[in-house]
Formats: sequence, structure tokens, C-alpha cells
Amino acid sequence: METGLILSSAGGIAGAALAAPLLSGVINRTKAVFAGRRGQPLLQAYHDIIKLLGKGAVYSRTTTWVFRAGPVIQFSCAALALALLPMGSRPALLAFPGDFICLAGLLALMRFFLMTAALDTGSSFEGMGASREAAFSALAEPVFLLSLAVLARLTGALSLSGMASRLALHPAEGSGPVLALTALALFVVFLAENARVPVDDPNTHLELTMIHEVMALDHGGPDLAFIQYAAQLKLWIMGILVVNALGLGGRGGWACAGGMAALAVLIGIVESTMARLRLLRVPQLMIGAGALSLLALLLTLVRP
Amino acid sequence: MNAWSELILILVILTNLLLVGGNRLTGLIRFAAVQGLLAGLLPLLAHSQALTARLVFLAALAVALKGVAFPLLLGRALREADIRREVEPFVGSEFSIFVGISLLAFSFWLSEWLGIAQAGWLRLMLPVGFFTMMTGLFLIISRHKALTQVLGYLVMENGIFLLGVALVGEVPFIVELGVLLDAFVAVFVMGIAIHHINREFNHMDVHLMARLKE
Repeated sequence: METGLILSSAGGIAGAALAAPLLSGVINRTKAVFAGRRGQPLLQAYHDIIKLLGKGAVYSRTTTWVFRAGPVIQFSCAALALALLPMGSRPALLAFPGDFICLAGLLALMRFFLMTAALDTGSSFEGMGASREAAFSALAEPVFLLSLAVLARLTGALSLSGMASRLALHPAEGSGPVLALTALALFVVFLAENARVPVDDPNTHLELTMIHEVMALDHGGPDLAFIQYAAQLKLWIMGILVVNALGLGGRGGWACAGGMAALAVLIGIVESTMARLRLLRVPQLMIGAGALSLLALLLTLVRP
Repeated sequence: MNAWSELILILVILTNLLLVGGNRLTGLIRFAAVQGLLAGLLPLLAHSQALTARLVFLAALAVALKGVAFPLLLGRALREADIRREVEPFVGSEFSIFVGISLLAFSFWLSEWLGIAQAGWLRLMLPVGFFTMMTGLFLIISRHKALTQVLGYLVMENGIFLLGVALVGEVPFIVELGVLLDAFVAVFVMGIAIHHINREFNHMDVHLMARLKE
């Protein structure tokens, strides 16, 4: 690859790394507007991370190195995944055939270390959170891979960058409904994987019902900052995939940024208008999303 | 025009999946109504020739019956019976969605295998017709409540209607009127039957009726 292209991709990654915490600010602002509050400042997430980085860490004597390694590995997985992602019209830093499977693997590794670090504390609440996270992500992952397989089949490209650019510039004739179904399935996965409302409530303060937050309860200081930042990067990564599936991603930086902002507002609206589902109903939601992506796959297979 | 018909067909597939996966009876009636509406509108878009008064009249009649009259009739039966959900169907709703997707795949395979060569979006119409028919059959055999079975019958009728549009194109006027009249009478009679079953036995679980012997 030329140096110019590499620089441009690196610029995309830097932009994403800087802008990722802003997404949660937009989501919170939307929720505040719906509730008639003024809400926290847009840049609150940055302040939180800076504050946490300045603190010291406290480690329980029950924990081992797994607990300390967790946040670092989560952050590095998220950062690596960022390198696989095409941002706007900039291609990914690392693009190779099949990189979407590598992306799914990195996200899975990230989740694995979040769960093992939670289990390592020996707290029963964190164990419950980890078990729920495992159960729901086991349902979300097939849907995620199926949706990406639909995009690969539809565009004939096997790398995320190829998919994004073809979806934006040369969409297949009459592929609108298929893309809409895939984007919907990906959006459900996006909500489930990022602990958003129909599956998990980021504002809940009851350990019994938390999923993502409960796993980070025993982390403090820089460790918590890494976990929060990694979660924000993950929100960005999955969001980019949804925006790309709609064909907005490859149209340039502004279209991509606009798509991400619209997505954040949409999450805010979903969180303000919906209650979270009962835990027993979540598998039904994920199976519904799986049915949508399977339907999309069948439609692409039938397409001459 | 073709894009619209494709969209309608995909929406029909989605209503089928919703019917198979849902268990709240008011919701099921609504999905069946939407499906009848979509199926009724399809002939208007399906054939590229000019809209004749006859085509418009038939579509309006189908939409009025399937989208408005049937839901009203069934909704009244439901209110009188005072039940909300399909409790414990023979096949649970998660597995039912799997069955639905497999039926869809099977319908795609079936219409390939039959070798009825069709061009463009009509390729989609035949499988969707088969799928809708099979969804109706599946609803009839896998649910307890008489009302859900009536909905299955309606869905099956929609499927046959779609197959008719796909294969024959223009069904003679009198035949279509006859089919609509039949469906209307059937739903009417079954609505009354549900009412009576419910009044006699205080439930409408059909499988319990197997115990009734002379």
C-alpha cells in the first residue's frame, strides 16, 4: 500500500479513537431531551476517562493476573479491530479476504477476557453477569456472522473495505430490501452486544439485572477507564458496520459521521421509548434477528 | 413497479414469520389482516397492463374482506371468548420460527425443482405462495386454539391466492368472486362456531375435543 493511503487509514483510526466516546454523549443527550432534562455535557465520557486514568487501582486479594490482564487485553482487541475497519471512504489499515471473521474473533476475545476477569473476582453477581453475557453473545454471534455473510455474498467482496466501498458506490440492482433486512439484523446485534436497552440497561443500578456493568464492578481507576473506553470503541465498531450495511460508510467522511450521529440518536430514541425485555424474552429477539438475516441470505441466494 | 411488488412479497414473508412466532392473539389477527391487505394489493402491481375497472374492483373487494371484515369478525369472537394468548402451543414460538425459515428454504427449493421458469421478480412470487400456504398448514396443525386455526386457514387461502396470481395471472372474474365468498362464509361460520364452542366448554382448545365421543 502507498504511504499516502496508509496515512489516510491511520487518520481514520485516530479520528475514530477520538470520536468514539462522543457517541455515548449523543445517546445520553437524546435521552435527556426525551425526558425533558438538560442532561450531562456532550463530552462527559472524556472527562470520566481522564478522571479514572488519574486514579490509583485497588486489587482484591482473591484476584489473579487474569483480573489485571483483562482490561488491557480488551482495549488492545478493540484497538486492533479498529484497524480492520474501513472508516468513511478510507480503506482499513489491514484489509484481507475474510477479515470480517477476524473482526468477529477479536470481538469474541475481548468479550472472553471481560468475562474471565469478572469470574476471577469470585463475586456471585459478576458470575451471573458473565453467564448472561455468554448466553446472549452466543445467540448474537451467529446472527452477526450471517449478516456479514449476506453482505459478502451480495457484494462478492470478502473484505470489510471491499464490502463498504461496493455497497456505497456500486450497489447491486434491487438489493434494497435485502440490505434493509441485514441492517435491521445487524442493528439488533449492535444493541445486544453493546448492552443497550432491549437487552441490557446501561443506567440500571441493580446488580441482579445488570449484564455489562456488573462485570466491571470490581475494576477501578485506570482498569475501569480501559474497560469503558474499549466498550465505547466496540460501540463505534459495530455502529460502523451498521452504517456500512446501509451503504453510507463508503461515501466519504461526512456521510459516515452523519450516519453514526443518526445511529446514536436512534439508540437514544429506542432507549427512551422502550423498556428492556425480560431476560427470557431476549433469546426470542435474537432468534427473530437471526430469522431476518437468514431470510436475507435466502433472498441473496435466489437472486439470479 | 417491480420493486414495489418485490417489497410486498418480502413483507408477506415477514408477516408469515410474525404469525408463526407470535402468540398474542390480537397481534396474530392484525398480522393476518396486514397479510391479506398486501396479498389483495399485489394483483394491481403484478401485471404490467393497464388497470382495468375489474382488477381494481377485485382488489378493493379482497382488501375490504381480508383487511377489514375478517379481522373485525375474528376480533369480536376473541372479545367474547375473552382470551389473550396462545398458551403452550404444540410447537414453541422459538422453534416455530426455525420451522418457518426451513419451510421458506423448502419452498425456494420446491419452486426451483418444479422447473416453472419465471423471469425477474416472479421468481420470488411462486416460493412466497408456497411458503404462505405451508405456513397456514403449520399454524393449523401446531396450535391449540380454534381461532389460531382459523387464522391458519386464512393464511393458507392467501397463499393459494398468491399462487394463482403467479401461475395463472388473470383468474376469471366469477371464480375469484366465488373464492372470496367462500372464504367469507367460512370465516363467518367459524366465528360463530368458535363462539359456540367457547360457550359450551369455556375454552377453545381444539385438542381437548378429541376426548368427545358419542
